[in-house]
Amino acid sequence: MSNNSLQITDLHAKVEGTEVEILKGLTLEIPKGEVHAIMGPNGSGKSTLSKVMAGNEEYEVTSGSVTMDGEDLLALEIDERSRAGFFLAFQYPHEIPGVSNANFLRAARQARLPKGEEIDAIAFYKEMYEKMDLLGIDRKFTGRSVNDGFSGGEKKRNEILQMMVLEPKYAVLDETDSGLDIDALKIVSEGVNAMRSPERGFLVITHYQRLLDYIIPDVVHVMADGRIVKTGGKDLALELEEKGYDWVTQELAPA
Amino acid sequence: MSTAIADPAVMSAPKVESTPWLDEAPRREVSEDLPAWYLDLQNDAWKKFLDTPDPTRFDEEWRFADLKKLRFARLNPVESASAPSSIVARAQNDLTEDYAAHFVFANNELIHSEIKDLPEGATCMPINQALEEHGDLVREHFMKEERSLGGDKFAALHAAATLSGLFVHFPKGCVAEHPVVAHHYVGGELAPIFPHTLIIADENSDVTVMDNFESINEGEQSLAIGVVDLIATNGAKLQYVAYQDCSDTGAKHVQINNTRVGRDAQVKSAFINLGAAWVRNESLNRMTDNGADSQIFGASLATENQEYDQRTLQCHEAEHTTSDLLFKNALYDKARTIFGGLIQVLPGAHHTDSFQTCRNLLGSEEAEANATPGLEINADQVKCSHGSTSGQISDEEIFYLQARGIPAEKARQMISFGFLNEAVQRLDNKDVEEYISDKIDAKFRELLA
Repeated sequence: MSNNSLQITDLHAKVEGTEVEILKGLTLEIPKGEVHAIMGPNGSGKSTLSKVMAGNEEYEVTSGSVTMDGEDLLALEIDERSRAGFFLAFQYPHEIPGVSNANFLRAARQARLPKGEEIDAIAFYKEMYEKMDLLGIDRKFTGRSVNDGFSGGEKKRNEILQMMVLEPKYAVLDETDSGLDIDALKIVSEGVNAMRSPERGFLVITHYQRLLDYIIPDVVHVMADGRIVKTGGKDLALELEEKGYDWVTQELAPA
Repeated sequence: MSTAIADPAVMSAPKVESTPWLDEAPRREVSEDLPAWYLDLQNDAWKKFLDTPDPTRFDEEWRFADLKKLRFARLNPVESASAPSSIVARAQNDLTEDYAAHFVFANNELIHSEIKDLPEGATCMPINQALEEHGDLVREHFMKEERSLGGDKFAALHAAATLSGLFVHFPKGCVAEHPVVAHHYVGGELAPIFPHTLIIADENSDVTVMDNFESINEGEQSLAIGVVDLIATNGAKLQYVAYQDCSDTGAKHVQINNTRVGRDAQVKSAFINLGAAWVRNESLNRMTDNGADSQIFGASLATENQEYDQRTLQCHEAEHTTSDLLFKNALYDKARTIFGGLIQVLPGAHHTDSFQTCRNLLGSEEAEANATPGLEINADQVKCSHGSTSGQISDEEIFYLQARGIPAEKARQMISFGFLNEAVQRLDNKDVEEYISDKIDAKFRELLA
């Protein structure tokens, strides 16, 4: 168990209340300072992995472990995981009508303060505006309801803004590239790259190699049927792109 | 047999036969030094009050209503509020961030007024004073609506009663950035108040008024019957909010808004209900000329045994008119809400756009939300929609907030707040919007702690 990584060990998980197993013994370690990518065909369990780590109650972990700098992540409540430094950028971010982005972010930051301590509103706004500027987000955005009526690109940009404001130790980006045009993809990637640091680890989940042209990974994993079936350097993404996912299903993880 | 079971009226109607809402007619107080036309109007109204039958649950306009909750043995004559200075202080501590003028009424009497920042030419004064100084305008517009959505007996009692409330007149081009705020307090056992608000917005004027209804004491049986006349013409913008946070245990509130929108004018009106034991809201909107637009919003939080009964009419009388209605109710415990809305497009009112939505957030299994949206279209090239939904907060929504570190309880508070606040955000006045948002937020913090 490492005190300096996000470590997933022989993780098994099924859909809650069924016998449908989706993660079938997944092992993966993301040391601080590294960016790992997971690629895999649809249905391989990529999104399930991200939801299980975040604590989504649609899934039940049947065995295995996830530790974050040595702390048992699975023993924590959903909100405790976030406050401990885990972040998930959602593939489909939820809309919260009637709650402004500013109030939402503020509540998330407030939740990290000791009881009785109030957030410094002026400093908070200043910081939020700086981060919005970096992502090219208009100031009017603060008063708009969270993701309500947002385009796909705006939602994903908002996920990255939330990540920047919450400054997690480990961030999992679940298909953040889906639904993005090339300009939005560049902006989102710049946001992620600006966050790269020796003190932070990333797991980038994607179906397409394209994102990895902008967020250059240190390690690429290929996932199939609930397991990691191949691990390599950034060139593995290119190889996968060239050979297609049939290569994975037929040669790397034959049924 | 099966239709009887499926009929929600049969399922939810009280089992007892309906009884009169008031056992003993209230004593009438008549003031002599009023204009003859107004005394005539009061006398006619009193007669109408006596002649109009009590509502029963068999009336379509009162379908689903639990009329037991409205019942009074009698109404006592109101007395002047004791300690008016403490009531004024309370009202001043309960103001929007900024305001154009502030009035405080307690038990039908004006106890405080402050004109802070009214545009030149605008008039804002107690309506009994306006009766003397602007008699013609009052006479032209005061309670001219002849249609009723069921509350005509209450409107008649209101008209026959002592006059209190506000007269607001914004002539051509008068614009106020901040709202006119009026507090209306009721206190004393079985005390009735009859606040009236008459707002006239002329050509290209822009005015926002908020009435704030509250009880002086908790737990007293009291009755407020408010009637509002909203008149906007020729490009005017008029916003009106009836904000109600009376005693949950004893206060009963009838609020009737009659809106008349003329050429290219816009009226936004809202009912905010955070209190009272029983509430009846009626919003009657007429779009009388090309370009008229009426937007009607509701945000209500019903808990315990509270019942909120809301009836609306969007009547399109001319071509190229629009209206949009959004009512949102959050229900907890054994609370009930009733929404009955009708969009009516009269013959010749072609090119009308009219929408109507009622959404209910059910916070308990025992809460009950009734909705009967309706459409009646007698013109061509019309865009109309109506609908109502009821639902609960989904686990997925909670998960999203929790995944950002927000505890589940706080997540529930925020989502519920947002649900009601979505209607509040449709208003165009920052002072009023923030005031209401903060109040709703505080209510949910208390309720879902």
